Amino acid sequence: MSGISTIWVYLNTSPLLWLAVTIAAFLAAHFVGRKLGGSPLANSVLIAGAIIIALLLVSGTPYATYFEGAQFVHFLLGPATVALAVPLFKNLDKVRPVLLPMAGALLAGSLTAIGSAVAIVAAFGAPADIIASIAPKSTSAPIAMELARSLGGVPSLAAVLVILTGITGAVIVTPLMNFLRIKDYAARGFAVGVASHGIGTARAFQVNDVAGAFAGIAMALNGALTSFLILIWSLIFA
Amino acid sequence: MSPQSETETARPALTPVAILAGFAVLLGFQLAGEILVVATRLILPSFAFPGPVAGMLLLLVFLTVRKSLDSSTNAVASGLIGVLSLLFVPSAVGVIQYGGVLVDWGGPLLLAVVLSTLATLLVTVGTFLWIAKLTGKQSP
Repeated sequence: MSGISTIWVYLNTSPLLWLAVTIAAFLAAHFVGRKLGGSPLANSVLIAGAIIIALLLVSGTPYATYFEGAQFVHFLLGPATVALAVPLFKNLDKVRPVLLPMAGALLAGSLTAIGSAVAIVAAFGAPADIIASIAPKSTSAPIAMELARSLGGVPSLAAVLVILTGITGAVIVTPLMNFLRIKDYAARGFAVGVASHGIGTARAFQVNDVAGAFAGIAMALNGALTSFLILIWSLIFA
Repeated sequence: MSPQSETETARPALTPVAILAGFAVLLGFQLAGEILVVATRLILPSFAFPGPVAGMLLLLVFLTVRKSLDSSTNAVASGLIGVLSLLFVPSAVGVIQYGGVLVDWGGPLLLAVVLSTLATLLVTVGTFLWIAKLTGKQSP
């Protein structure tokens, strides 16, 4: 037994184990998704996240130890976000004619994302710090955490709500748009980018390159607009 | 996957140096974006914007001005975007750190997340298609 625990102690102090687990869990999630015929319910972020959370709970591993290994994957999110300019550039001829629809959809979508979330939690009588934490939920995590902080909310709660919003949008967008028989992939992608930031964008790329390009620009624009709208809001109500 | 989309996504074999060059371009623009955001915060301390998204917009401007995309940047960008979901997994696992904060208001918050996401998708796609129809610019 002491041999096994020696190995475990070694593995737990090395980033290798949890880096390997992150990639293995993602491959498993990807395989499950394939088996289910690319069902949007089999979202790879959701399944891989659930597998790893279960492993961390069972082994009693703190998140900080997990992140020692996972940080290498997490780091690539930066250059991958920059890389979203590439599909956008390739689809620029599709973007130019729809600048007006994009501007209108961005404004309407951004206001809906903030307003509807705030209205629902306020209707349940939630305190101001909870309301402030959900307001920026449709932006990327770094923006949402900063905005929640500046509004007097809880940045960590904002981060959780951002992830849940991303996964929710990624799971429902394809069945919803198919049900509504919307075949305009620019519009579909733009909607999921506004509603569900990067996780929605990752889903859009799985469906269609055009949808992905529009989701990427929608995510960037919504981040900027939400920051601006919340700044205005806090200036008026502060 | 249709044969057509396969030829579109087919990537030429790259030399290791070309892969490094592609990474250098992406990291260089990320760095420029981060510096731009930090510099802006010196003037506007409440300005919240991720450096990588600023880097993405800078790269888009660069590509648009230059009107061309080199094969190494293209290949590395396509590779990273191909595994974009994987890159969100560490953040998603981070939910266990803060899951406890959901306890008191979990029900209303989850309801708000689901209904608000649904509403946002519907309003955004509806507005997009409506204005496209008004301006007669509906894409096929």
